[in-house]
Amino acid sequence: MHSSVSVKFEKNPDSKNFDMGIKSKLSNLMNRRLMLFCITVTALLILIAVALAGILMPESAYATNFSQKNLAPSFAHPFGTDWTGRDMLARTIKGLSVSLQVGTFSTMVSCCLAVFLGIGAATMGRAADTIFSWLVDIILGVPHAVLLILISFAVGKGVQGVFLGVAITHWPKVARIIRAEVLQLRSRQYIRASAKLGRSKWEVAKIHIVPQIIPQFIIASILLFPHAILHEASITFLGYGLPPEMPSVGIILAESMRYLTTGMWWLTVMPGVSLIFIVLLFEAIGENIRTLTDPYRAHE
Amino acid sequence: MAFNMVKYVACAALRGVVLLFFISVVVFALVNISPIDPVSAYLGAHDGGVSPEQRQEVIEYWGLDKPILERYGIWLSSVVFRGDWGMSSIYRQPVIKVVGELFKASLTLMGISWLLSGILSFALGVIAAVKKGTWIDKVIKAVCIALASTPSFWVGMVLILVFAVWLGVLPSGLSAPATKLAADVTLWDRARHLILPVIALSVNGMGYIVLHTREKLIKSFESDYSLFAKARGEKKWSIIRRHNIRNVLLPAITLQFASISELFGGSAFVETVFSYPGLAQAAVNAGLRSDIQLLAAIAIFATIFIYAGNIIADILYVIVDPQIREGYHA
Repeated sequence: MHSSVSVKFEKNPDSKNFDMGIKSKLSNLMNRRLMLFCITVTALLILIAVALAGILMPESAYATNFSQKNLAPSFAHPFGTDWTGRDMLARTIKGLSVSLQVGTFSTMVSCCLAVFLGIGAATMGRAADTIFSWLVDIILGVPHAVLLILISFAVGKGVQGVFLGVAITHWPKVARIIRAEVLQLRSRQYIRASAKLGRSKWEVAKIHIVPQIIPQFIIASILLFPHAILHEASITFLGYGLPPEMPSVGIILAESMRYLTTGMWWLTVMPGVSLIFIVLLFEAIGENIRTLTDPYRAHE
Repeated sequence: MAFNMVKYVACAALRGVVLLFFISVVVFALVNISPIDPVSAYLGAHDGGVSPEQRQEVIEYWGLDKPILERYGIWLSSVVFRGDWGMSSIYRQPVIKVVGELFKASLTLMGISWLLSGILSFALGVIAAVKKGTWIDKVIKAVCIALASTPSFWVGMVLILVFAVWLGVLPSGLSAPATKLAADVTLWDRARHLILPVIALSVNGMGYIVLHTREKLIKSFESDYSLFAKARGEKKWSIIRRHNIRNVLLPAITLQFASISELFGGSAFVETVFSYPGLAQAAVNAGLRSDIQLLAAIAIFATIFIYAGNIIADILYVIVDPQIREGYHA
């Protein structure tokens, strides 16, 4: 008995690989779950910081200044300045903040639609399910970019076009996940037993079904976010989305198109890389939460 | 044959027609409820100098004074019975002719990109899976995750920056040199102008398919049939070629056909960045300049195109997979 305990102590991971470097030293300090949790919180803090910085930024930070125009990235202007002397770092942060706000709103609308339609399709009988699948087919049948253009056109372009377009086109993926999940849950033994024991439909939904769906729903919604932001930037880039006076990333990149051949690379590269960075942060948060909530994967 | 192909295709076609009808209603409704006045958009800069009578003439010519349901009926019957999609107000030509010409240009771009991205992403997925855990795998994976988060128009802009502005080796846009007459344009000119758009468009959809192939292949390596083949003494590459790849190829093909929708969306951005005269760019312009007839036609053609892609994928599934062919699925 005593010997088996001492063996267990010797199995300590760092006794085998002394020279694994910083990664293993870090993993000595904290386990995988704690590390993922820290990464997620850091990513979240960066996103909130960017959003707040953009909201609180005074307009003077990205005002025109003709004495400082067309400057390449330097210490004073890390992202350079554009042809009217606006500081690109400030404009990019402002633009990302606008994108984050648009993304938050349209993702929320999209997720609410997904919950109602997904649960409705799974619980309200065959007719509702058929209507649901037709709706999904119609939305997925038209190429995404074309549908975004159509919706934006239908509401007269501008901000509301982006909001509605992104909200209406993004729910099918999440709704399908929710529908499948609810359908699977409904046929489970314990749910049936609960109903047979006299619980009302509402109580069954509240006690057994909703808690099961919430993690799936949260992860799907977070992973929807980067798509919403990318599509907002893309449709704005084409000239449909946000108006030129709102410095969103799509507008910044569309404007920099005109200066591409003059060799002002920083107008294109810097805002683009920042956008990709923000999108990757969301992907990281989504993936990490997925891993953390899945007991099989959390302890890998 | 246990699986009735004729019946299957007939059902799919019927479903497609019904779907198309619904989509045509949605498209027509969307382009017609717009608060953007199509008459002003049509007249454009001339709007100020037009008398009310002339304005009325335009409204009557386009049938804009009739209720929307009646307009839909007229539009649908002229499309279905006479093949008449109306006139494009941007190109001043019949819509069907415009769409036909632009479709040819787009098809070259999309076709090459589709083949290239399909072959390349499958190959990269296989390499990453075989070399799992090595630096090659890590590099491929990191690049693919980054690519999946990168807007296609930005990839195009960076390509222009590097190859057209800095290196100056490739043209930055259009489908042929702007200084040459249409008759003098050689095949080489066209090919040179296609290189950058093709790369930008191929790269667009690749990330996801590479990661998917890699994941599936790794799962297949861990399967019982792989273990059994190994136990029989088969060589590593022989197992991959004869067992793993065959099992992974099917979902990869479906995914590749399903990606046609994304490809069409991506081409809107790539064509815009490279000023490539194609169908998706025309859709963008049609929306911006309120060319209702053209916008509706392109949306519906794109839908048919994508639905056809999905049906082809389903049929290929049947041809490639002996299990479905012999009716095991039932």
